[in-house]
Amino acid sequence: MIELTINGNTRQLDIEPEMPLLWALRNELGLTGTKFGCGIAACGACTVHVDGQPVRSCVTPVSAVQNGQITTIEGLAQNAAGSAARTAVQQAWIEHQVPQCGYCQSGMIMAVSALLAANPNPDDATIERSVSNVCRCGTYPRISKAIRGVIADHAAQPDTTRGDTV
Amino acid sequence: MKMNRRRFLLGTTVIGGGLLLGYAVTRPTRQTLANRDHAEAGQTFLTTWLRIDPDNQVTVVVPHSEMGQGVLTSLPMMAADEMDADWNQVRVEQAPATDLFANGVLIKGFAMSMGLTVPAFLDRTVDFATLKAAEIMNMQITGGSSSVRFTGEMGMRAAGAAAREMLIDAAAAQWQVAASECDARNSFVHHDASGRSASFGELASAAAALEPPRNPTLKTPDRFTLMGTPVPRIDIPAKVDGSAMFGIDARPEGMLYAAVTTAPVFGGRLVRVDNTDAVMQRRGIQRVIELEDAVAVVADNYWRAAEALKQLQPVFTGTEFDDSNSSDIFAQFDAALDNAERHEDVHAGDAEEAFGNAAEIIDARYRVPYLAHAAMEPMNCTVHFHDGRCDVWTGTQDNLGIRGRVASVADLDENSVTVHPFYLGGGFGRRLPQSTNTIDQATRIASHFDVPVQTLWSREEDTRQDYYRPAVSSRFRAALDSDGQLVAWENVYVGKNEPVEAAHLAYQVVNQRIDYVESPTHVPFGAWRSVAHSQHSFFLESFTDELAWHANQDPLQYRLSLLAGKPRHQRVLQEAAARAGWTTPPPQGRARGIALQESFGSIVAEVAEVSLTEEGEVRVNKVVCAIDCGRVVNPDTAASQVESGIIYGLTAAMYGQISIENGRVKESNFHDYEMLRMAQSPEIEVILLESDDAPVGGLGEPATPPISAAVTNALYALTGQRVRELPLKNYRFLPPPTESSGNV
Ligand code: FES
Ligand code: FES
Repeated sequence: MIELTINGNTRQLDIEPEMPLLWALRNELGLTGTKFGCGIAACGACTVHVDGQPVRSCVTPVSAVQNGQITTIEGLAQNAAGSAARTAVQQAWIEHQVPQCGYCQSGMIMAVSALLAANPNPDDATIERSVSNVCRCGTYPRISKAIRGVIADHAAQPDTTRGDTV
Repeated sequence: MKMNRRRFLLGTTVIGGGLLLGYAVTRPTRQTLANRDHAEAGQTFLTTWLRIDPDNQVTVVVPHSEMGQGVLTSLPMMAADEMDADWNQVRVEQAPATDLFANGVLIKGFAMSMGLTVPAFLDRTVDFATLKAAEIMNMQITGGSSSVRFTGEMGMRAAGAAAREMLIDAAAAQWQVAASECDARNSFVHHDASGRSASFGELASAAAALEPPRNPTLKTPDRFTLMGTPVPRIDIPAKVDGSAMFGIDARPEGMLYAAVTTAPVFGGRLVRVDNTDAVMQRRGIQRVIELEDAVAVVADNYWRAAEALKQLQPVFTGTEFDDSNSSDIFAQFDAALDNAERHEDVHAGDAEEAFGNAAEIIDARYRVPYLAHAAMEPMNCTVHFHDGRCDVWTGTQDNLGIRGRVASVADLDENSVTVHPFYLGGGFGRRLPQSTNTIDQATRIASHFDVPVQTLWSREEDTRQDYYRPAVSSRFRAALDSDGQLVAWENVYVGKNEPVEAAHLAYQVVNQRIDYVESPTHVPFGAWRSVAHSQHSFFLESFTDELAWHANQDPLQYRLSLLAGKPRHQRVLQEAAARAGWTTPPPQGRARGIALQESFGSIVAEVAEVSLTEEGEVRVNKVVCAIDCGRVVNPDTAASQVESGIIYGLTAAMYGQISIENGRVKESNFHDYEMLRMAQSPEIEVILLESDDAPVGGLGEPATPPISAAVTNALYALTGQRVRELPLKNYRFLPPPTESSGNV
């Protein structure tokens, strides 16, 4: 039995320890917000958080995350401070009208959210290094603006629960 | 006919007109059918595209697929604006894949704009030879940058305007006042003189009893309330929280998963499969299915199916192409350019004589490789056979085409196939039914089961079994007179594809000879964002740039001088150049290049500013794009389409290369078929220009073609090295010998 804690719920699954987390989420648990893009850690579509760290779930065996807190796009807002309907990042994505086809955006939002949680004021090089996900629709200019929007809002209204560093 | 129609109309609570209202063919039965099948009690279809509920909600039924281009927002905006509906009370539905909602306007638009020839990417879906109504009806295609241009302009707006007139007439009749004294605002009809008002919902059933106007009056642009404004896309909220459903997310009860390996050499056939017994022992494996050219493993979890597939040992036939490599294909193209029979594309003036008298002749050869689409969502299709019927869950650019495809593979009547539409995780031409065989495979695989089966391709399969953007080689000659003026243009290229005008020259050159040769290969090809413009724009705008530099002229001024009488072309060039600071020197170590392309009714100029990394790789720092698309329906989605088109084209210019090795595609996944990412993404500035009397142009594709030449022209300005073959990843550039000298 594999025990996984996903979005705060603990589930027992009778699955192989080497099954990638992506397929446990999508096929065993019906959490389809996390996407399959490449299967080789090369696109980021499958990004989830494990203990707040961004992880490419297509190459992460479930056995490796048994003791971690797993967050998927479906649980991102509920885990955010104050459990708003949407996080600041998600809200910025709407404000800047980021998604086109939308397929890469779960992974994008997870990658960006993990980055900004760890570093509320990253420089361009850090953003480019940390958000290496592929968006085939080319939403990068808007992603970039949305990230900058979140950074600016954060600087203006520091999130006290997170410990402001700006 | 008119009598029949009237009698029919009077015999029901609603009347005809329906889908094609306001412009051409009407099929009165269509609306009756629409009411029967798709309206619940109390709802009334005014036209096939609009439904008004008693609670005053307006539903717009969109016959196109949403693949990120914003069509679920822009088309309803057009209908709602003409109707004067309250946008907050407008809902959108994707049309079900039935004949009833077939998109007649789209075909009509293409037929009209293309002189009744059908674009190649449509021709396997419909027999267009006779342009009969029955055939026109059989379409729900999203492609060719067509949604707003055709469905919106010719269908949605007319439908909205007709609905408005009918609602006003219904109110006027009820109040016994003149219709001209009534007005519609925010989903209400008002009679301001008496202070009376009624909601659209209250008036709907009375309005539905009226005959729709044949030629409803459309608004003039100064009266638009929604069109021209940046209305937020309605599909975006679901795309930030994981709730948007793509084809791959379909989860019908009891579903199994199939992983597939298809013959790696196109045309190969499955001989046998070894190791099946061992694979069947693995956990969750339901069945190994042998198809004509592929083998599939079906399991209760996709990963189990995919892992088991790796252990199978399929044996495929050899083919006559097993030794074919990209270098052979390009050698074949070169030989064809020189020796094969030439077919006329454009002949004007007397090119032969002009070349005979030329003071100087300049020639060049260009080529570009095959490209895969690499939509983010790997190809997939879920099929369920039950009760002599078939249900299909997939994201497709043509729901009706998919229905037809499944019906023919399954040997079922089309009415026994139900297609459930989903969002597309990228289209770009890949999700046209004729550009994938996933659908056929999924149907054949599912036919072995009485539960739904989702066939899902790996990224490797997606990359290696595409219908590729064709590789093309193109040869140019230009004749200059003793003053260095361009007097003749000759071009011969391999393979004529859609659209027919892709190799035609925007510039005025009196003597032209443009020909093509046939040089078929075994590599399957299909529509790829902007179709043949993607190759020819690179060739034309690069060679034009060569001529400008040869003439020692500014590349912008050179182009402008060849565009007398084309003010829209001149304007996009000038606007893009001005915003890019063309006449001021670029920052140290950078240079600019410019390119122009008209496609899908829009005219685009792009200026790229580039530099080199320390390793001599290209870095595109900035792109300014000016696009004249006639009129802009939603400036924000328009800009996003342009940004997207540039990055799609830039990815191809920088990295795009599908290589053929031993008959098969060498690249397999994003590690060797690379994508532009945020770190390489340039700053992009979009200038949307409008032209009052021009028809509405497309936006999904036109920004893609000019970017490669804009970049390589900039590289020439920077390094003096002319790139005549893409992609740029195969080059290392030397920095300029002296400091950057600007554009000229
Ligand atoms: S699917 Fe995991 S990184 Fe691409
Ligand atoms: S929005 Fe389509 S892949 Fe990113």
